[in-house]
Amino acid sequence: MAKVIVITSGKGGVGKTTTSAAVATALALRGHRTVVIDFDVGLRNLDLVMGCERRVVYDFVNVVQQEANLKQALIKDKKLDNLFILPASQTRDKDALTIDGVERVLNELKETFDYIVCDSPAGIEHGAHMALYFAEEAIVVTNPEVSSVRDSDRIIGILQSKSRIAEQGGTVKEHLLLTRYNPERVARGEMLSVTDVEEILAVPLLGVIPESEAVLKASNQGVPVVHDSDSDAGQAYEDAVARYLGEDRPHRFLERQKKGFLQRVFGG
Amino acid sequence: MSLMDLFRKEEPSTASVAKERLRVLVAHDRLRHNGPDYLPQLQQEILAVIRKYVHIDDQDVNVQLEHQGNTSVLELNVTLPEEAQD
Repeated sequence: MAKVIVITSGKGGVGKTTTSAAVATALALRGHRTVVIDFDVGLRNLDLVMGCERRVVYDFVNVVQQEANLKQALIKDKKLDNLFILPASQTRDKDALTIDGVERVLNELKETFDYIVCDSPAGIEHGAHMALYFAEEAIVVTNPEVSSVRDSDRIIGILQSKSRIAEQGGTVKEHLLLTRYNPERVARGEMLSVTDVEEILAVPLLGVIPESEAVLKASNQGVPVVHDSDSDAGQAYEDAVARYLGEDRPHRFLERQKKGFLQRVFGG
Repeated sequence: MSLMDLFRKEEPSTASVAKERLRVLVAHDRLRHNGPDYLPQLQQEILAVIRKYVHIDDQDVNVQLEHQGNTSVLELNVTLPEEAQD
């Protein structure tokens, strides 16, 4: 049975699209048939991060409005045969998505795929609501920063009251993914720690992605960061997905790297 | 900690300030968004009643609803102005 996972955060710029691309790619690398959908209608970006922007012909809105079928709109990943991208429309507005239309598309996708990853737009408006409404699980992407934590708490509240599962009396299973984590700054008391954020949000921790140069490098090239298996961020995403699938992996990258003697004496 | 840190003034870390602010804010947001719809009006009416007797500002009344197991506790905090306390 296919599982619908929403990648959400409330606040923009915290790493939802990077995470959607990385999670979907990691799931596919582990052999699961995966599709990742861009719900950010009007501000399409997932195609860029996945490196398939030049192959977009039809999009999610075309399929929802029945102007194209799924087969025409789904883009096969350039590296993995079991990974597909359903891009957002660049020209329409978010109201082009309807509950009935989205449900029909998701039901059709469920026949073929194991995992349906929904990349939510920022905010709590129509587009975000469409992305989270059918979610069975949610990965809440949060930066260790006050406005991001606050918005995550708000989106968690919305998941537990406005999603279909919530309307039917159930709960959406939530996972916290802390991104752009800088252990050095945490050690200096300049950044909220993993424990701080966990305490405030009270959502089980799926993973911590360190602030990493590899993330920008990956999006520059349009290659999801998990393909960069030497990088800290790539490994951290790989760990997070392994944990999501039930593997027991210790959290890494939470401690600052050991400093040399001179650095310790003079700081920096 | 580096040698230079020893000469810096001890202040609470900005991270702990952030955590404390968030703790208060998130509790407040949750109440406003997930609490019953009548809470804001309840707060306004309580304000109106108290204002018949003493002058207080909007932020001097704080209404909190907490759930503990099967019971809900409605906590009402009114800060009276100095001159009204004697």
